[in-house]
Amino acid sequence: MACTAGSKILENYRPAYDASVVRKLRECGAIIVGKTNLDEFGMGSTTEGSAYQVTANPWDLECVPGGSSGGSAAAVSARQCVVSLGSDTGGSVRQPASFCGVVGLKPTYGRVSRYGLVAYASSLDVIGCFGTTVADAGILLQAISGHDKLDATSSKRDVNDFTSQFISKDYFESQPLKGLRVGVLSETIGDGVDKEVVSSIRGAISHLEELGSTVTEVSLPSFSLGLPAYYVLASSESSSNLSRYDGVRYGNQIVSDELSSLYGGSRANGFGPEVKRRILMGTYALSAGYYDAYYKRAQQVRTVVQKSFKEALDVYDILISPAAPSAAYKIGEKKNDPLAMYAGDIMTVNVNLAGLPALVLPCGFVENGTSRLPVGFQMIGAAFDEEKLLRVGHIFEQTLQGCSFIPPIIADEFKC
Amino acid sequence: MALTLFRGIQARPLLPCSSAFIARKHVLFCSMQSTQADTTVKTKQQAPSNFTETARAKAVEKVLKDYEAIIGIETHVQLSTITKAFCSCAYSYGSQPNSCVCPVCMGLPGALPVLNSKVIEYAVMLGLALNCKLALSSKFDRKQYFYPDLPKGYQISQFDIPIAANGFIDLDLPLEFGGGHRRFGITRVHMEEDAGKLLHTGTGSYSQVDLNRAGVPLLEIVSEPDMRTGIEAAEYAAELQRVVRYLGVGNGNMQEGSLRCDVNVSIRPIGQLEFGTKVEIKNLNSFSAMSRAIDFEIARQAELYDKGQADEIVQETRLWEEGAQKTVTMRKKEGLADYRYFPEPDLPEVILTEEYVNGIRESLPELPEMKRRRYEEMGLSMQDILFLANDVNVAHFFDATIAKVPDVKLAANWIMGDIAAYLKNEKLSINEIKLTPEELSELIASIKNGTISGKIGKEILLELMEKGGTVKGLIEEKDLVQIVDPAEIEKIIDKVIANNPKQLEQYRGGKTKLQGFFAGQVMKESKGKANPGLVNKILVEKLNA
Ligand SMILES: [Zn+2]
Repeated sequence: MACTAGSKILENYRPAYDASVVRKLRECGAIIVGKTNLDEFGMGSTTEGSAYQVTANPWDLECVPGGSSGGSAAAVSARQCVVSLGSDTGGSVRQPASFCGVVGLKPTYGRVSRYGLVAYASSLDVIGCFGTTVADAGILLQAISGHDKLDATSSKRDVNDFTSQFISKDYFESQPLKGLRVGVLSETIGDGVDKEVVSSIRGAISHLEELGSTVTEVSLPSFSLGLPAYYVLASSESSSNLSRYDGVRYGNQIVSDELSSLYGGSRANGFGPEVKRRILMGTYALSAGYYDAYYKRAQQVRTVVQKSFKEALDVYDILISPAAPSAAYKIGEKKNDPLAMYAGDIMTVNVNLAGLPALVLPCGFVENGTSRLPVGFQMIGAAFDEEKLLRVGHIFEQTLQGCSFIPPIIADEFKC
Repeated sequence: MALTLFRGIQARPLLPCSSAFIARKHVLFCSMQSTQADTTVKTKQQAPSNFTETARAKAVEKVLKDYEAIIGIETHVQLSTITKAFCSCAYSYGSQPNSCVCPVCMGLPGALPVLNSKVIEYAVMLGLALNCKLALSSKFDRKQYFYPDLPKGYQISQFDIPIAANGFIDLDLPLEFGGGHRRFGITRVHMEEDAGKLLHTGTGSYSQVDLNRAGVPLLEIVSEPDMRTGIEAAEYAAELQRVVRYLGVGNGNMQEGSLRCDVNVSIRPIGQLEFGTKVEIKNLNSFSAMSRAIDFEIARQAELYDKGQADEIVQETRLWEEGAQKTVTMRKKEGLADYRYFPEPDLPEVILTEEYVNGIRESLPELPEMKRRRYEEMGLSMQDILFLANDVNVAHFFDATIAKVPDVKLAANWIMGDIAAYLKNEKLSINEIKLTPEELSELIASIKNGTISGKIGKEILLELMEKGGTVKGLIEEKDLVQIVDPAEIEKIIDKVIANNPKQLEQYRGGKTKLQGFFAGQVMKESKGKANPGLVNKILVEKLNA
């Protein structure tokens, strides 16, 4: 299969090897049915940034599926496959999971090998899982987790059996989450967040309380610093990671009799506008004289964010927030407003900066004219404690009443 | 996939350093002779002619009366690890283009580097050997620029925290260059990866990329600007090569590019405090080229100063042209290149424990400087010391020889005399001959205890070097044991005297010089085996009887 990363510069590029996650899945007997669409090199939040196709949201074909791994989310949402993989650099698994009404799991940084993942921002990139249920996402994570000698940043920690923690509804006590300390990030349910999204989250919170957990609001003052720091770091790393797409060894090369125009032409031709924007931002941030003001400062913010999450997770078992400030929006709505699109990543980027695991599961709907669009909430756990997130998520989804997250367009085929 | 590898780049006409690559192309297709050929002492003999050498030295000497030259050197040493720095490809010089490559060193999408731990080990070894302070926690950084031989668009290197820094190197200048001990500072040693190579077609219409060398581990060693002459600089580099070879971390071969030196030269009128403008010289393929290029550059800059045109010395990279014996402008530096260094996110920090470092420190071999000081204590002359210690294989041979028969002088003389002459004639290195140090010490012992004569010793040595075998075996086989029995010698002398009555008469008539004639006849009769001392003693008695 071709590997384009949604970019024209890799049109028809056939990779010479399988990514480690794909190899592991094949070893487990998985059948790979296809590759899915995404924003070019993972840079975007709508999948409109693909050089090839626009992917629609199965809940409303006029809406975006989210992004960047919107194709993977839409494919699972539309039941075209059982599970799918995506990559999450700043929310690219969790936000489309929320938009498409599926489960999205972003593992701890280092839990899953990145070998074979086309790099966007190496210190933030994580391969994540989509499924229609927490159980499916957990099974997929189990298959791809663990140290890989081809990725020096993959962790050598043992991988527990995630699925053994799953308890069927039939065996629950009345309050299966008794003792679970839940912190709600107050910055994520205030101004600038869609009212209906907030009320869905509040619904999820009271459901968690019914299940026995104690829920408290907690403030993370560093929360708003995450977004700009994220864009500086991600752009910086991407400007470097994308240098290899120069048209010399693979990918589209333009004919030129001069070296710099070969580079310039191949890259001008091959990259889309959002990718160029981030390469420019990143190159600027790493330039002599600006490095300290941008890259270095962003790294300092990252340290602050990590510390504040660590402190909060010493007190609470899990932290919760919306997965995105709104539900899915119309295709084209934010296409020419990159800042508005960037702002939509506010809920997710801090988690990447901190390297923590997070699970997004559908918890409600917002009205969208005649139809409804799903909304997901995000549970953030301590590093390498995916197990807890999966256990809580599994209990949550089994007990959530009156919600079926099958898009109407295919509901007839999936009566349950 | 091969097709994409060999894709042509139509890029030649405006390459920023095309001439450098043309020069490299030449190197690429030439075959190497000896791996030990490039020490200054030897290359001096290969230099164009002694006349120009002396003239050049004189010219520089004159310049250095008025000016002080400031010379710093950046050296890249290729490490001879089995696999590359960040992937499991094996690299060997001269392989078919693009035959030692994998997704990692080709920079394919999604491929990630994993550090070869041998690189750290070698870096620590060299850092310790250069008396550096080691950073127990260092990291890798990306140095970013575009060039077709750099597959990722960045080189994995170390920027603000090198693995080793603040060291020095000690050396002894050869006597023919005035001799003397020198200590030059080492600013830093850091780890990085090599780039590939461009191959230009004969027509010049396109270029090809060979990525075999991409990802090969390098140590970059930056010196303090402590050198003042071309000879000092060349000796610094030669000493570095020796250290590398003594440690066994690389082959240090300049012609293959396993050891590459870029030199910075500036001069200032003596007494002036501020430094002059620094000029970088590249394309130095031997130590003698280095020494000549620097001296040329010093003279060139001095001439500009003399003419009042010092402002024409600009910050630039100049290329040494071996044919014309001069440096020419390769590219002017317009401001500093911005490599946009930032920490390599694909690799964890490099953490060294004290325990690990101490383990390496304890296992370091004897280094050239220690060896020279030890030889000095043995009473060898500096000339002998340098000869023996310059080549690690010669030093090992010498050490093994004197381990058994500790006659330092004799061992040195044999190695520097007959053996060195043979090696030079046959174009061999000492570990390529059949003679073992054990047999050399046996030979020395046999001469010392009188079993064989020195003359026979020389003959046996030749045979041992050519065909091998043992001293004992050869002596027996050829019946070469020296005749030390006075009765037997007396018998031969009697025979010689009886056969030459005329000469005897003349001798006794006062022509005593004829003693030499009789001695020669006796030696001839004994096939060279008679002990010369005994022969003379008995002969005198008999002739004067
Ligand atoms: Zn390789």
